[in-house]
Amino acid sequence: MADNTEILSGFAEIVEEVAGIDTAEVTTEKSFVDDLDIDSLSMVEIAVQAEDKFGVKIPDDQLAELKTVGDAVDYIAKNQ
Amino acid sequence: MTQLKLAPTAPGARILGLGSSQPDNVVTNDDLAQRIDTNDEWIRDRVGIESRRIAEQGTLLVDMATEAGARAVKDAGLAPSEIDTVIVATCTMPTPIPNAAAQTADRIGIPAPGAFDLNAACAGFCFGVGAASDLVRGGSAKNVLVIGAEKLSDWLDWTDRSTAIIFADGAGAAVIGPAPDEASVGVGPLAWGSAGDMAQAIHIKPENKALFQEGQAVFRWATTKIAPVALRAIELAGLTPADIDVFVPHQANLRIVDAVAKRLRAKGARDDMVVADDIRHSGNTSSASIPLALDHMRADGRVRSGDTVLLVGFGAGLSYAGQVVVCP
Repeated sequence: MADNTEILSGFAEIVEEVAGIDTAEVTTEKSFVDDLDIDSLSMVEIAVQAEDKFGVKIPDDQLAELKTVGDAVDYIAKNQ
Repeated sequence: MTQLKLAPTAPGARILGLGSSQPDNVVTNDDLAQRIDTNDEWIRDRVGIESRRIAEQGTLLVDMATEAGARAVKDAGLAPSEIDTVIVATCTMPTPIPNAAAQTADRIGIPAPGAFDLNAACAGFCFGVGAASDLVRGGSAKNVLVIGAEKLSDWLDWTDRSTAIIFADGAGAAVIGPAPDEASVGVGPLAWGSAGDMAQAIHIKPENKALFQEGQAVFRWATTKIAPVALRAIELAGLTPADIDVFVPHQANLRIVDAVAKRLRAKGARDDMVVADDIRHSGNTSSASIPLALDHMRADGRVRSGDTVLLVGFGAGLSYAGQVVVCP
């Protein structure tokens, strides 16, 4: 089981790979849409990779609820 | 017991010729932006389309099918009378009866062939090539004309920006004939299947007869489930990903194309594998997209005769199919 810091660091690597955003930019308070400019299709790619990496399920309706990096990290921590 | 005689079989099948047809009318992203709330940058970014071809009202699906089919027969070096079977893969005929295949064959001048339509939507061309190859191999047919033809513009809500920016019209065709020996077989085994539990993810709405798709669900399905189908097709053909020279997936969305290609490269496909991006100027033409891409890429030299080409179609049904072929 990864703790929140490990999840954030692993999650940031996924965001960097999918959207080309430096891992240092991927911090908990950042909004995917407003701050990181990540569109809905990239969010799906990020979710698919996060599912593989952390062994969680992130269905599309749940994905829509994850507005910030912190939301995603908390969701993964609760559901892994 | 009566013993039935069977038709003589062939060692396998190969592609003998290719052809395609598109309407003259080019519709750019800026043209669409004048009608609906969208813009060029958004469309290029989300789906990778720069322009598409949309048929005039008076142009029929069978007009495009006829032109593409006749070109493929000519390219194969055959006379229309040498074709004995015609398969049209389509999901956008204006009415279910009559089918497209018989009238298309008649217009090309193919006398009384076995002729039928096949609806596996965007996977239809690969289903058709698979069926044609097995008909040839099993001895039911000698030369089969397989056409993917669609007039999606008849089935769109032009005020729905989630579909109006994506879909387009066109036709592509291939002639499948017998391989004289095992060394010259040019159509590999079919890796295919369906996911009927997701049938509603892409459907025609009864109230307005317009195509609807759950974009995000389809994107997730296509980016995760299609690479394994492609890898299976490679394995069935006795090859490895590194053997593939050209990858021609259904031109659904450039981001799906890129995501699937990336997964194949992670499994050993070469960095210099040519990946079809015909969607840029053709849009998503469902069953026509694979043969259109193949014909265009051959014309501009990106695919050469003898290249090992991986085809994979996927879409409404949901349906999917792939096979490895050798470019004629």
